[in-house]
Amino acid sequence: MKDERRAWAVLALPYAWLALFFLVPFAIVLKISLAEQAMGIPPYTALLETGDGGTKLHASFANYLFLLSDSLYFRAYLNAVKFAGVSMVCCLLLGYPMAYGIVRAPAAWRGFLLLMVILPFWTSFLIRVYAWIGLLKGNGLINNLLLSLGVVHEPLTLLNNAFAVYLGITYSYLPFMVLPLYAALERLDPALLEAAADLGCRPWQAFLRVTLPLSLPGIAAGSLLVFIPAVGEFVIPDLLGGPDTLMIGKVLWDEFFTNRDWPVASAVAIAMLLFLLVPMGLVQRLLRGETA
Amino acid sequence: MINRLSPFLAVMLTLGYAFLYGPIASLVVYSFNASRLVTVWAGFSTRWYGELAQNEAIRAAALTSLEVAVSAASGALVLGTLAGFALQRYRRFKGRALFGLLVTAPLVMPEVITGLSMLLLFVTLEQAIGWPAGRGVFTIIIAHVTLGTAFVAVIVQARLAGFDRSLEEAALDLGARPWKVFLVITLPLIAPALMAGWLLAFTLSLDDLVIASFTSGPSATTLPMVIFSSVRLGVSPQINALATLFLATVTVTVLLAGRLMGRSARGRSAARQKEG
Repeated sequence: MKDERRAWAVLALPYAWLALFFLVPFAIVLKISLAEQAMGIPPYTALLETGDGGTKLHASFANYLFLLSDSLYFRAYLNAVKFAGVSMVCCLLLGYPMAYGIVRAPAAWRGFLLLMVILPFWTSFLIRVYAWIGLLKGNGLINNLLLSLGVVHEPLTLLNNAFAVYLGITYSYLPFMVLPLYAALERLDPALLEAAADLGCRPWQAFLRVTLPLSLPGIAAGSLLVFIPAVGEFVIPDLLGGPDTLMIGKVLWDEFFTNRDWPVASAVAIAMLLFLLVPMGLVQRLLRGETA
Repeated sequence: MINRLSPFLAVMLTLGYAFLYGPIASLVVYSFNASRLVTVWAGFSTRWYGELAQNEAIRAAALTSLEVAVSAASGALVLGTLAGFALQRYRRFKGRALFGLLVTAPLVMPEVITGLSMLLLFVTLEQAIGWPAGRGVFTIIIAHVTLGTAFVAVIVQARLAGFDRSLEEAALDLGARPWKVFLVITLPLIAPALMAGWLLAFTLSLDDLVIASFTSGPSATTLPMVIFSSVRLGVSPQINALATLFLATVTVTVLLAGRLMGRSARGRSAARQKEG
């Protein structure tokens, strides 16, 4: 088929690239998660060993059993889901009225307001997380302000705890929530609300029975775009969190960089990936619906 | 009556923007603070900018980051444009579902997973075929091209979805070859999307700490790595100055790009109105 040949002429390069540098690596992670830590370079045992007695397969689920046996990992997973989930709800509660406000704003402002949501996304993530350290520290701006106003008499602990992590994730991922919600709400036909009003709906009822159901795809897309990357977040729990906010992304980082245990780090990654497959599949379907 | 900003929405908008920009504003203000203590105001000074300019480690890392970001964004632009074009224009080919997955998965994949898997690929490849020999700038570029490709593809695909194909059809009718139509008609028409895609891939690369940390070797240190290790030691006024410069550059670039795109969009719609 001519069309198919032409498609492959365009496709071949990006397809090969993504397959080699994005798909194949996961097979390797899976493979190494079944190996054992070893001294040397690279620091893990070979899966297939060719010796006198032919080729032997050395695969073990020891790393996965280890993850199950040590409650640290399980807690880190639960924590990651909890922090990502609660922050996702915070993003939704703040992002929904913002997106709705932008849609309702005078047409002349809309482009500017939208740009102002996108702009932080273009600036450094690391720097924006860093900004909160200066605000939340024991002698930071917020504590100084509260002390000078006499609201509190000794500095509050705002940094290196769960509060700071929730705040950091909500802050960093808010644009990911606002943009899909805006896209969904903008498509909504105002005539539907007028019809609801004409039929005697109070504004709140019209919102609950017309606007909210019609914006569900936007809510789903925004929530997933916040939740999935937040589950694996490393920078925020590392810089803003404390000992009780261990998240799985930080565990993976420490296994790899501090303990140099590549097989356990791989097993942590595979377990995280399995957990995220369902939400990722949902994103896939939502995005396809969007562009089709 | 209904299409109006209610007081509640206006308050939420104000709060939302204050939340987004408050921390950034505090960074900028305190970058001009004379005191070493970031939170005690001791008068206006540009001394941290001077010290920043003298900081060799930061300057070297910034150059490395720029090199990585320009190469990665350019590579991602080529691959992502092809990928987005294929996804939008060719509805049926074998492996389309897998290809669609490969293009969108990097957008949401947690960075620690992407970083670890890329590193393990590079290590395995080096063992098996001796390439890439060692890790450094080159391996970071490969990783960032892969990430950027996904973002460029999504932007290009969205642009092509609302695309008037009559010009392309006219060129084909007049006997132009398909690749020529692509180069002479399609590419110039989606130029704003290409620019947005390149800029996005560029900033993603410039900003990335996690994937770069995994895929880099001892020879290459990027700017986020330097910032991260210095931030871990505590707040430093030099980082505030660096952040301010970074924010200023990004803001000016995005505003200029937005204005350019707005102007070309207005120009096109005006031209269309004249035709009609």
